[in-house]
Amino acid sequence: MTIHQLSVFVENKSGTLLRVLELLKEANIQLIASTISDTVEYGIYRIICSEPMRAYETLKEAGISANLSDVFAIMLDNRPGCAADAIRSFSNAGIGISYLYSFLLSGKGILVFRTDSPEQTRKVILDKGLNYIEEKHLLEMA
Amino acid sequence: MTPSFIKITILKTMKHEQMYLHPELETMTRPEIERLQLERLQKTIGRCMRSSFYRQRFEESGLKPEDIRSLDDLQKIPFTTKQDLRKHYPFGLSAVPLEDVVRLHSSSGTTGTPTVILHTQHDLDEWANAVARCLYMVGLRKGDIFQNSSGYGMFTGGLGFQYGAERLGMLTVPAAAGNTKRQIKFITDFGTTALHAIPSYAGRLYEVMEEMGIDPRRDTRLRTLIIGAEPHSDEQRRRIEDMLGVKAYNSFGMSEMCGPGVAFECPEQNGLHIWEDYYIVEIVDPETLEPVPEGEVGELVLTTINREAMPLLRYRTRDLTRILPGDCPCGRHHKRLDRMKGRSDDMMILKGVNIFPIQIENILMQFKELGNEYLITLTNLEANDEMTVEVELNDFTDDYGFLQNLTKEITRQLKDEILITPRVKLMPKGSLPKQEGKAVRVKDLRKTLI
Repeated sequence: MTIHQLSVFVENKSGTLLRVLELLKEANIQLIASTISDTVEYGIYRIICSEPMRAYETLKEAGISANLSDVFAIMLDNRPGCAADAIRSFSNAGIGISYLYSFLLSGKGILVFRTDSPEQTRKVILDKGLNYIEEKHLLEMA
Repeated sequence: MTPSFIKITILKTMKHEQMYLHPELETMTRPEIERLQLERLQKTIGRCMRSSFYRQRFEESGLKPEDIRSLDDLQKIPFTTKQDLRKHYPFGLSAVPLEDVVRLHSSSGTTGTPTVILHTQHDLDEWANAVARCLYMVGLRKGDIFQNSSGYGMFTGGLGFQYGAERLGMLTVPAAAGNTKRQIKFITDFGTTALHAIPSYAGRLYEVMEEMGIDPRRDTRLRTLIIGAEPHSDEQRRRIEDMLGVKAYNSFGMSEMCGPGVAFECPEQNGLHIWEDYYIVEIVDPETLEPVPEGEVGELVLTTINREAMPLLRYRTRDLTRILPGDCPCGRHHKRLDRMKGRSDDMMILKGVNIFPIQIENILMQFKELGNEYLITLTNLEANDEMTVEVELNDFTDDYGFLQNLTKEITRQLKDEILITPRVKLMPKGSLPKQEGKAVRVKDLRKTLI
């Protein structure tokens, strides 16, 4: 139900992002999705990739501040309103979404998100029969 | 502007009484000054023997008060440091019974134990006299309206100027720090003719006056500005003078030496006369503590010779300056200090507030989330001093809310400590330069221009 996400603390300075990407390239790690959230002071670069554990170790060894965490991933049908329906289930349960991003993989829409209450989120996903994906499955699709 | 030759002629035809508030003290010749200094030094040392701190100091160094027979003998006496003041906080350096003390000023004490300076009524009177002498020297008189934008309370720039200005008989407005619009309203409503402000604040005043559509030359009676408490260049002074249409005079003081009134520029605006009937001046090499050759830069060391409650012998001020050679055309033979060239320690002065990097370090190190590396950067965008504190985060977390709250909490605690709100930037581990040997924790990128 959850997948590994690699978060990298990137300084707001030209070249820092490239360094991260080059390290991953050298380690032969494939990106599946990534997003940068920026504040005035620094950015958090979030990555879904093949072999997240090894990616994390690679960055750590290079002295880069990174963090491996679990995020929820659900698959949606490709029709209008799917995202709204999914999010409504969480909203109705009083769950707050900290951040969310989405991407298409093999023609399927994938929502990746973190909430303020993982336990409850898990319950809602099961109760509502949302189409969650496991990491193994995601990597196969890539 | 008055051509300078006319000004000189006017000065020459003025009677001494009109040029000097204390002509008998201000125009003493060098031998007269030194005679008075030795007399007052010996009296001061006699008083020091009533303080437990100095009695012990003299005993430890095998020195007796009667060993000080000339001004040169002063060099036999050990230095006094801020550390000594802290260690013997609060009353260890008192040379009078506590019931004779009428005022106490304390440093903010943010670097550890605060320091305390005590005053008898005589000390307060003489302090007011010194400040009055300075203000009179730059042409202020009874009838002038003097506005003081210093902080009041423990900060000596408040009460120090207040009492000095009142002693001259000026209408004195204790406007205190902040609220720039109100400050300007006072200036225009009361017809303020003289203002005391830190140099960066003078720039700020001008900005706000512009916003309010006030032309300082046309709409105010301001003509004299006293600036101090913050290092500034002559160029900066000229710009302030141009902006506000005033003459600006540099003022030097420090709480350990009462506060303002230690040294002050005369109308020549070339060096600050240090009142040698109050202080004996030495300039020493901060490393070897030996006197530097005449005219060279070193650390200013002061001995108070006109203070009862808490005399200080050879106090290391940590300010770097030099004695300007030659005579001053103003007729005063009291030595002139050059502008302060910096500090022999790492103290920063921001918006007139003294800050040591260690204060910031102490706060940062309380957060287990933070690493050991940090960097303080000082800038002055639009004449406002700004401090940025970059600090490395130990363990990065993906939780943005947590990082934001952490930043807020660090900022709040720093503000409580240094009274200024810094911009706190969390940095990835390893992104700040590693400190080897003598750590460089402060980058001062402030331009000297306003």
